[in-house]
Amino acid sequence: MRMISPVINGEECTDAVEDNLLLIDYLRRNRRLTGTKQGCDGGECGACTVLIDGRPRLACITLAAACDGAEIETIEGQKRGGRLSALQRAFHENLGTQCGFCTPGMIMAAEALLRRVPDPDDAQIRAALGGNLCRCTGYVKIIRSVRAAAGGGQ
Amino acid sequence: MSATLPDFELIRPATLAAAIAALQEAEAPRLCAGGTDLIVNMRHGLSPAATLIDITAIDELAGIVRQGEGLHIGAATRLCELEEDDTLARAYPAVAEAVRTIAGPAHRQAATLGGNLCLDTRCLYYNQSDWWRRANDFCLKYGGDVCRVAPSGKRCRAAFSGDLAPALMVHGGEIVIAGGEGLRRLPVQDFYREDGADHLALEKGEIVTGVYLPPPAGLSAYRKLRLRGAIDFPLAGVAISCARREDGWHFAIALTGTNSCPVMVEMPPLAPDEDAAAYFRTLGRQVQKKASPQRTTAIAPHYRRLGVAAMAVRLARDLWQAA
Ligand SMILES: Cc1cc2nc3c(=O)[nH]c(=O)nc-3n(C[C@H](O)[C@H](O)[C@H](O)COP(=O)(O)OP(=O)(O)OC[C@H]3O[C@@H](n4cnc5c(N)ncnc54)[C@H](O)[C@@H]3O)c2cc1C
Ligand code: SF4
Ligand code: FES
Ligand code: FES
Repeated sequence: MRMISPVINGEECTDAVEDNLLLIDYLRRNRRLTGTKQGCDGGECGACTVLIDGRPRLACITLAAACDGAEIETIEGQKRGGRLSALQRAFHENLGTQCGFCTPGMIMAAEALLRRVPDPDDAQIRAALGGNLCRCTGYVKIIRSVRAAAGGGQ
Repeated sequence: MSATLPDFELIRPATLAAAIAALQEAEAPRLCAGGTDLIVNMRHGLSPAATLIDITAIDELAGIVRQGEGLHIGAATRLCELEEDDTLARAYPAVAEAVRTIAGPAHRQAATLGGNLCLDTRCLYYNQSDWWRRANDFCLKYGGDVCRVAPSGKRCRAAFSGDLAPALMVHGGEIVIAGGEGLRRLPVQDFYREDGADHLALEKGEIVTGVYLPPPAGLSAYRKLRLRGAIDFPLAGVAISCARREDGWHFAIALTGTNSCPVMVEMPPLAPDEDAAAYFRTLGRQVQKKASPQRTTAIAPHYRRLGVAAMAVRLARDLWQAA
């Protein structure tokens, strides 16, 4: 058991956590942030992608105890002033989301890309989303959504 | 509270000495770097540990530094840092290419060089959940007494599947190891042995501190066979370097994914007046002979053997033409 104080979606949090608690369980159970999804047995699907200090990381194979002082961003923190972020809107408008299970991870991985490369080409988008699986869309509309968000971003 | 990981105590030493002391004194210790291999295995009830030693806060293990004409890469250097390093891409292209093929971008943000070199071996019957393995009565590598891949054999045939080791091997890389007795160095190939259940020449209480790469001697490249363009371990992988000297072209060839450890394939140099087509045919046959893929993946061993030989011949020929 130990205390950790991460900043989650801009809010400072202090919690007691077990040493073996995974970040995904900390977010979903302790913080009730259930937007981050668990899509596999660990490390395979990208559904649990969150940003830690601005970089994409898999919450299902990250220890919460290692996140003391870290800045964590999840899908819940993406809205801007009560409105959808550019990526959220683009996924909605371009049918980049169907069942929606992969979407939080896709959007967080894409968000990390767009912060680093504001105007990526298709190869860069594909590479950045290489670790995110989708069973529904066939990826074409996901890539189109990211491109749309980059083009018409706020 | 977490249902998915067994109980352990996490410690985060700030110095190499403290990490080595913990390895020698703590209860059932295990090192954790990026955790992208270890935590997955622990979720599956493998790799038990009572003490997890997180080595990512140790400055002595971080970063890429020039050493003379060579390069020293700390064990805790993350793959995303290697990916962005220009010297590596220019001087050791096989290493840079191998890095880019490892797992996915989010893995590479956490995954480290040391973790990649010490990666556990892989098998269809091992990398499964606890209930899956239990239903199958476990296997020789962990918890059982029969190998499901080669039931009459006495040893585990699980495949070493790290992408970096072969690329470092063809550049003459050396592994630097620290323990109670001080530092020692080994050529990367001597760090491994052909036993899927015990494939690392690491003594109790030892830590890999980094890799030394001597000055680059020629061109190099890496290719791997896999089902998807991302996230997949190598079904078979090959790194080759090619240096032009007076007596001809010298090739260094190393394979991964085909045996329980990465292996080198010996070839004499290709002499300037030699029949190159015949030389590359021999090279392909030597690779096939050295590769020993088993039924540890869903893909047929025969396909992996032919595939790695074909990749090796193509790579060698391309490097020879460019050298
Ligand atoms: C979906 C998926 C796909 C993957 N694809 C690939 C792939 O294509 N190619 C590939 O090579 N790997 C792949 N990996 C495995 C893994 O991500 C990488 O090998 C990574 O580099 C491991 O590094 P790490 O720091 O995360 O290791 P960890 O998980 O932290 O450690 C791995 C092992 O090494 C030991 N260890 C770590 N550091 C040291 C040290 N300094 N000294 C001694 N022992 C040490 C640990 O005790 C542990 O046993 C994949 C993993 C996943 C989940
Ligand atoms: S090769 Fe055999 S002993 Fe080794 S993990 Fe596979 S089934 Fe188990
Ligand atoms: S839930 Fe984390 S990668 Fe699948
Ligand atoms: S929208 Fe269903 S998994 Fe991607």
